[in-house]
Amino acid sequence: MTASLPLRTRAEALGQSLPPLLAEAEMLAATVMLGEHGRRRAGMGDEFWQYRPAHAGDPARLIDWRRSARSDATFVREREWQAAQSVTFWVDGAKSMGFSGAKDRAPKSDRARLLALALSVLLLRGGERVGLSGDALPPRAGRTQLLRMAERLADDTADYGTPQAQGIVSHGRAVFLSDFLGPLATLEDALTRAADRGAKGILMQVLDPAEEEFPFDGRTIFESMGGSVSHETLRAGDLRARYLARLAERKDQLATLARRMGWHYHCHHTGQGAQTALLWAWRALEGGR
Amino acid sequence: MWMIGPLGFAVPWLLAGLLALPVLWFLLRAVPPAPIRRRFPGVALLLGLTDDEVETDRTPWWLLLLRMVAVAAAILAFAGPVLNPRPEQPGTGPLLVLLDGTWADARDWTRRVDRAAAAVEEAGRSGRPVAVLRLTDQPQAVVFQTAQDVAGRLAALSPAPYAPADMAAWEAFLPEGNFDSFWLTDGLDHPGRAALADTLADRGRLAVMQGAAPVLALRPATFADGAVQLTALRQPAGPALEVEVAARGPDPSGIDRELARVTLAFDGGATDGKAALSLPPELRNRITRFEIAGIRSAGAVSLTDDSLKRRKIALIAGREDREGLQLLSPTHYLRQALAPTADLLEGGLADVLPAGPDVVILADVARLADTEAAALTEWVEKGGLLLRFAGPVMAASDVSRVTEDALMPVRLREGGRTVGGAMSWGEPKTLAPFPEGSPFHGLAVPAEVTVTSQVLAQPDPELTERTIAALADGTPLVTRKVLGAGQVVLVHVTANAEWSNLPLSGLFLQMLERLAVSTRPGGMGAADLVGQVWVPDMALDAWGQALDAGTVAGVDGAVLAEAMVKGPGADLPPGLYAGADRRVALNVIGADAVLTPATWPTGTAVEGLDMQTERPLKWALLIGALTLLLVDILAALAVSGRLSRLGRGIAVIAALAVFAPQAKAQDELPLDDFAIQATSAVVLAHVMTGNPEVDDVAEAGLRGLGDRLWERTSIEPEPPMGVDIERDELAFFPFLYWPITDDQTLPSAAAYAKLNAYLRTGGMILFDTRDGDVAGFGGASPEARHLQRIAAGLDIPPLEPIPADHVLTRTFYLLQDFPGRHVGAPVWVEAAPPDAEQAEGMPFRNLNDGVTPVVIGGNDWAAAWAVDDNGVAMFPVGRGYAGERQREMANRFGVNLVMHVLTGNYKSDQVHVPALLERLGQ
Repeated sequence: MTASLPLRTRAEALGQSLPPLLAEAEMLAATVMLGEHGRRRAGMGDEFWQYRPAHAGDPARLIDWRRSARSDATFVREREWQAAQSVTFWVDGAKSMGFSGAKDRAPKSDRARLLALALSVLLLRGGERVGLSGDALPPRAGRTQLLRMAERLADDTADYGTPQAQGIVSHGRAVFLSDFLGPLATLEDALTRAADRGAKGILMQVLDPAEEEFPFDGRTIFESMGGSVSHETLRAGDLRARYLARLAERKDQLATLARRMGWHYHCHHTGQGAQTALLWAWRALEGGR
Repeated sequence: MWMIGPLGFAVPWLLAGLLALPVLWFLLRAVPPAPIRRRFPGVALLLGLTDDEVETDRTPWWLLLLRMVAVAAAILAFAGPVLNPRPEQPGTGPLLVLLDGTWADARDWTRRVDRAAAAVEEAGRSGRPVAVLRLTDQPQAVVFQTAQDVAGRLAALSPAPYAPADMAAWEAFLPEGNFDSFWLTDGLDHPGRAALADTLADRGRLAVMQGAAPVLALRPATFADGAVQLTALRQPAGPALEVEVAARGPDPSGIDRELARVTLAFDGGATDGKAALSLPPELRNRITRFEIAGIRSAGAVSLTDDSLKRRKIALIAGREDREGLQLLSPTHYLRQALAPTADLLEGGLADVLPAGPDVVILADVARLADTEAAALTEWVEKGGLLLRFAGPVMAASDVSRVTEDALMPVRLREGGRTVGGAMSWGEPKTLAPFPEGSPFHGLAVPAEVTVTSQVLAQPDPELTERTIAALADGTPLVTRKVLGAGQVVLVHVTANAEWSNLPLSGLFLQMLERLAVSTRPGGMGAADLVGQVWVPDMALDAWGQALDAGTVAGVDGAVLAEAMVKGPGADLPPGLYAGADRRVALNVIGADAVLTPATWPTGTAVEGLDMQTERPLKWALLIGALTLLLVDILAALAVSGRLSRLGRGIAVIAALAVFAPQAKAQDELPLDDFAIQATSAVVLAHVMTGNPEVDDVAEAGLRGLGDRLWERTSIEPEPPMGVDIERDELAFFPFLYWPITDDQTLPSAAAYAKLNAYLRTGGMILFDTRDGDVAGFGGASPEARHLQRIAAGLDIPPLEPIPADHVLTRTFYLLQDFPGRHVGAPVWVEAAPPDAEQAEGMPFRNLNDGVTPVVIGGNDWAAAWAVDDNGVAMFPVGRGYAGERQREMANRFGVNLVMHVLTGNYKSDQVHVPALLERLGQ
């Protein structure tokens, strides 16, 4: 977090960026019709739990007339009450996520945060608790949590993000959003620790199309976003095939890792719409339940 | 200025910079393109990857080459290169510009004048006085003047079709003092050239300009070995060369055209080339000139006179029964004399006359059958020449004894006479000198020619005037009578040596030539020419074009004979000279002429004529270098990967846009659209003349006429269209308005075919010469003359001024005259057939069942009809109310005209309606 900046500047920056981001996330979430996952609140789902006698205060439309007709009393049909899940997000804020291959394309971090918040909106609407991993924000329910999350999603100073596993609730859910271009060992470590706690989740790899295509040529010095890593080549075009091979290998490793841990892996490009990624994430969280 | 070939450099030391190029090569080669720094998160995946090709850290060779060329171009540009630099001509004082002005100059006269003008202009810039003289002129005082004065005269100079008689004669007229000379010469040696050149070189700097192209000339054609022999000359001798020599003459319809063509080859190093042209006599006799094809110079033209003509001569002898006595044959000497130069026809008179001989010679034939005599008389009266020789048979016969025979010039006394024989007293008679007026006048009479026997003419009143040669005692020897268009000549001796030795002498040949019986193969000598007056019939200009000699006084034969040897001069231009019966060609190049190259005093600068324009190349090279550097920028970007793919596409497109030729916009209406537009309704059309102003007025006029038609009649035309008669289909338009301008191009043959088809199939063209104010229609104005040229190819029927009862006067309105913007000029339409008559007593002939295909006038109708977009008349017509009335009449004429076109003979039939109704009622 950029603690060195004055509070007011930060607040202003946040005030400028958060409402649009939140609004965008709300809009994105509104495009998703809630499926079975959202029927856990009374009156909203199909899952039968019990019939209970109606008492004063129950609206008449809640009375199950078919059941009531079989006896003299009137009954209200109640659904299963289920304990809410805790979903912990890790959104990579490292500098590598600030990359954008084209001027008119938002950086990867934007897309990652948008997806995280949109997913949070859906989850919160579904009664779940969401939070951020690390020591940032423990999972809580309620719309206020969304604001808090938006505040806490912050940039990192590292070149490549290190997945955080602490804070993941046991048997909870976890969502890792990153480009996963950094060292795999940290991810593996974090996943292992999460798996130790019985947490399941999804790995969402967010990549820029430029990273998929490698549209470079000529004598080039490639530097990481922070400048810590650099590589010089004389003919970048020659490297393309090998780079793409390595990228494919990296994706393969991620998928393998996720499968081994019982997680789900998905690669999302910022060139595509966010909605497909959101739907996939929603399905993946639901399916993993 | 430092020169490499035609390239000069203003600052040559800068070229040393080229030496630095190899150094630059190594420097550039060692420096790889600068790397580009990219932030890229994927670098983590790149770590450890190495480049395949190590050597690419150097600049690619083609990029190096590009840069080298760019730098070299820049260095060359700053060195100030100039293509064909004009060597500066330092000089002060007066400048004398001399032009040979001979026939040999004609070929590139324009360039010579340009070169002379450039020299005069340059002298004028430095304020030097200039004089220009043409050496073929009569020598006259040379005065230096300002360049402006001279420059105006220079353009009016033209070459002469002869060579100067003596150039050295100019020396006496040269101005005092020293001056520079600039001599534009034809490269041939003319009399006095060396002397004049020496004088000029003494007086100042002498520069000589000489054309590079060889001078070609054609000697007169001769006839030998059954073919026309052609000899061409050239100077200087060069490599082997082939030229085409064309023979021109009238074709059977009298139009001058090329009759034959032969290739004449010069061997390498030879100055003359020969060719033989074998032609049928019919064709050969028609040749009037030979010319070297493609060379416009009087020297390359050789006029032919009678010497090349081969006449057809019928030889008929009375006695052919004496076998073996060839030398006694009446025709032997004639055959010997004529065979080289004429085509002889022998046989019966009835057989040879249909062959159309030029001359019929009857050698000692006395009596002709009546039919033969009638045929021969008819032939002579049509222009034939009948030459009769006397002989024993004639002397013994009673032909023309009492009354003059039609085919004899005189009556003959019985028996003839014999003088100087063994049994007689007198001496053989010699010939008297030929009297003036005789065709033989001027021929020398050799003393050894004697006559021993002859037939004698009766002393008739006409005898004296019919005698054209007589013996010393006055006895007629040759008599002549004009018969119709032809003539009958009687030689009172035999054609063999029996009665005289005349046939053995050279005089016999000359007399035959003078009678135009035979022609001489080698041209005419002085003896043939002397004694007659020769009138110029046709003259050549320096370009070899025939000029009408006009009414120039004739020249004496002796003068002409001298000119035949020395070549033509100012007072005796080359051409055809006509004598009594013959024509002689005086050619620029005589039969023995040779072309000798001119020699110049040592130290004279002789330069080529080609005046190549100075062309500085600096900016072209700089622009080239700049372009290359721009390309280099793109290439360097591409090499270093800074040029994205999109950018690459843009660069390629931009490069194409820069270098691709500008595509010409096609504004042609597609054919289908044109047809649909033209046929969707009645469309009036006008012919595009190429003159935008006239076309605009024509369109506005038809628009105005269309408005009137729309208002007043049931014809509702669409906006008018302009048609290009070369390209557009005409069949869609009932009516074409064709304004004539004096500069529009004549239609092509295809367009004429289209126009004729249009006229034949019911179209109408209104020709408007628009000149009714200045010229009555009649060919006086340029437009009218141009209309005549245009209409020459059109199928236009006989015309007449529009008669008062023409249907055009009453198709809609009743009209008496047809004013446009002008009034009064007659309007012409197709003439009524001669048998047209007033139909059924109505004042209205049943004229031209169809529609007149053309209406021709000059009243500028379009201007009277023309309205602008607001419907307001564009041009004033006349004055005040009368003018508006005139415009109204013009509109009414237009309405009548279109109505006439569209209704055809319907309107003329209408006049019969009362009569038809009356008949139906009965």
